[in-house]
Amino acid sequence: MKILERWQWISERREVFPFFALLGLIIVSSIISPYFFTIINFRNILAQVAVIAVLAAGETFVILVGGIDLSPGAVLALSGAVVAYLMKFLNIHPFFAIIFTLLVGISAGLINGFLVTKIRIPSFVATLSMMAVARGGALIITGGSPISLFPPSFRVIARYLGPISGLTFIMLFIYILGQFILSKTRLGRYIYALGGNEEALRYSGIRADRVKLFVFAFSGFCSALGGIMLTARLDSAYPIAGEGYELDAIASSVLGGISFVGGVGSLIGTFMGALIMTILGNILNLLQVPPFYQYLARGLVLAIAATSLARGVRFAK
Amino acid sequence: MVILRLEKINKSFPGVKALSEISLEIEKGEIHAIVGENGAGKTTLMRILAGIIPKDSGEIYLEGRKIENLNPTLAKKLGIIMIHQELMLYPNLTVAENIFIEHDSNRSYLEMVNYKSMFKEAEKLLELLGGGIDPRLKVSRLSVGDQQKVEVAKAISQRAKIIIMDEPTSALTFTEITKLFEIIKSLKTQGITVLYISHRLDEVFEISDRITVLRDGYKVETLETKKVSPSYVVQLITGKTLDTFYPFSAQVSSEEEIMRVKNLSVSSSFVKVRNLSFNLYKGEILGITGLLGAGKTEIARAIWGIEKKESGEIWIENKKVEIKNPYDALNLGIGFVPENRRIQGIIGQMGISQNITLPSLSQISWWNLIIDEKKEIEIAKNWVNQLKIVTPHLRQKVANLSGGNQQKVVLAKWLSTNPKILIVDEPTRGIDVGAKAEIRKLLIELSKKGISILLFSSEIDEILNLAHRILVLYKGSLQGILPRNKATRENILSLAMGLKEEAKI
Repeated sequence: MKILERWQWISERREVFPFFALLGLIIVSSIISPYFFTIINFRNILAQVAVIAVLAAGETFVILVGGIDLSPGAVLALSGAVVAYLMKFLNIHPFFAIIFTLLVGISAGLINGFLVTKIRIPSFVATLSMMAVARGGALIITGGSPISLFPPSFRVIARYLGPISGLTFIMLFIYILGQFILSKTRLGRYIYALGGNEEALRYSGIRADRVKLFVFAFSGFCSALGGIMLTARLDSAYPIAGEGYELDAIASSVLGGISFVGGVGSLIGTFMGALIMTILGNILNLLQVPPFYQYLARGLVLAIAATSLARGVRFAK
Repeated sequence: MVILRLEKINKSFPGVKALSEISLEIEKGEIHAIVGENGAGKTTLMRILAGIIPKDSGEIYLEGRKIENLNPTLAKKLGIIMIHQELMLYPNLTVAENIFIEHDSNRSYLEMVNYKSMFKEAEKLLELLGGGIDPRLKVSRLSVGDQQKVEVAKAISQRAKIIIMDEPTSALTFTEITKLFEIIKSLKTQGITVLYISHRLDEVFEISDRITVLRDGYKVETLETKKVSPSYVVQLITGKTLDTFYPFSAQVSSEEEIMRVKNLSVSSSFVKVRNLSFNLYKGEILGITGLLGAGKTEIARAIWGIEKKESGEIWIENKKVEIKNPYDALNLGIGFVPENRRIQGIIGQMGISQNITLPSLSQISWWNLIIDEKKEIEIAKNWVNQLKIVTPHLRQKVANLSGGNQQKVVLAKWLSTNPKILIVDEPTRGIDVGAKAEIRKLLIELSKKGISILLFSSEIDEILNLAHRILVLYKGSLQGILPRNKATRENILSLAMGLKEEAKI
């Protein structure tokens, strides 16, 4: 009985597919490029993956409850603009500038959540509006041109500690925190239940709207964090930063086995999904594939992954 | 002239014999009512006639010709049209488009629709039924009564010979019912035969020429409406009175009132419940029953805070309480086993223990935040043993359990919150006989332990077996609260069918 239980548990894990996909990608990449399996390259990959992975963590929470968030890329740009403006033009200490910016991100998420729960706009449309508004905000604050050169106490975020970037530490912190929430807390249980059967959760006397609000706020928080991280790394805030990042975040979740129906998957999967996306870009760069073709390759990988996941679900049920 | 003849129709579903040797003759141009309890086989028989489900054996003759391999398309071609209880119109299309949508099935997809002539034709058809509907209107803008008129117009446009109506009045207001009856009568003058299925005997007696009574899949009798009394028909419907009660005392041990509902009004698209008042004693099972559209589920959902109350007060232990949502209700010590287990009760992809602890998670969490998994497993194990939930292990997804075991999980979920009041809505619907008996026994045991239960059920046997008092509803209004010793099948059914004077109270 114990063995049956264990086996069923493993076979139902959605992380199985991304794990083998990631493993396969690393092995193949190591064979076809001599530059891939080197410490310097891995250091790059871990720094590169950080921003996308943080955005993907927030996106995963939203997809887990059966929603979608299209605003992370734009909220990232807005947050970058806000933190830059505060430090550069108002001479606010980086610490307070960061705190304020995180609050801006959380507010953007809460507005998304409010539109979805109280006004009952589908999350696709609500976050699409937020995407436009936040991008507009970023353009207005920056006046359309980048803001650059920040105090060292801000740039410390992106500094390397040995071989590992500060950005990587932040990412790890978010993933450990997020996975803890999902697997150990009451809130996490409600998130899965909400994605599994919203009506049953409501009938169980749980305030499902609050769970949704949290999820969107968390995504907004992650987007703002991503904006701060990117600004620190580039030492510049660009108004057009993060364009298309929401798609990478969604793709990471899908590759990581997060079901669009909701209620299935974990951040461990999403992390592997984000790694797959980043390593794919990395190896295509190493092979000097022109950027236009890289888009093709990413699209194909995503479609193939989604197909095999869909099949997996059918067999599991 | 006999238009339709059925000979020895049989039909079985897995585990149930739905129809046994049904033979029936329908005259051309008559309004023929088919009556019987839930599960008597009315709808099954009609669905066979409309070709929706195949019969197991037996023969169907239409105008003397034997019909073979009936399917929905053939039935329509032959002029047998069924109007379902839940209307099957396209709300986003116009009245005219709805009427003629099936006419176009043999044309090319790309052929242009001639709207002008379509609107004209539709207007003509609707005129036959008394008019008053603009064929250019979208169906979603019509009242339910007008939508029904559109369904009838659609049936006529398909050259219907026999129109089957399944509970057509369940969602109609009184004036709409009167209008519908006029339409049915006008169909009769056009030589169209109407098969009329209904629970409501008063309406059956008003409209029908003949009545056929079904019980447990058998035909009991076909009667001329003018020659019989409603009470006789009620007797035929119920058959002999069953007296297989579970042995338990009819007297509630305590006179302590736990809940009082005052002047509750709720509306849904089906029924308006008006000024309902009742009380509930500690350790009592109060049965609440009525036919489809009586308002049972609306009341249950209103008390639970899912449906909005238009007015009314709820008092618990002599304190007035506000229940705006299920969260409030849960905190007041109420539990709710909903009508639709799969959609409202369980989270199928989650495990048994996770489902059971869902509403009581805060009680087993450290700092109200982190789940104590050891405690969770303990609680789940305890309930799985107590309610004899059959499962290989606690991680088993609830979706993979049988209906009876799923229902036990839902019950366990609420019992783990330690409720004072338990609302159960159709607790044994769609589960097998063994599990039914277990769940009923469990409800009795709970009431003995002092839990008060509001039992909403349309199964009269269940109500008779379990309830200390029985509240009967008809179209959203209270017909009476029967104490156990006055409750008989006949009394309950008469009240539920709106025949107050027939009930011997």
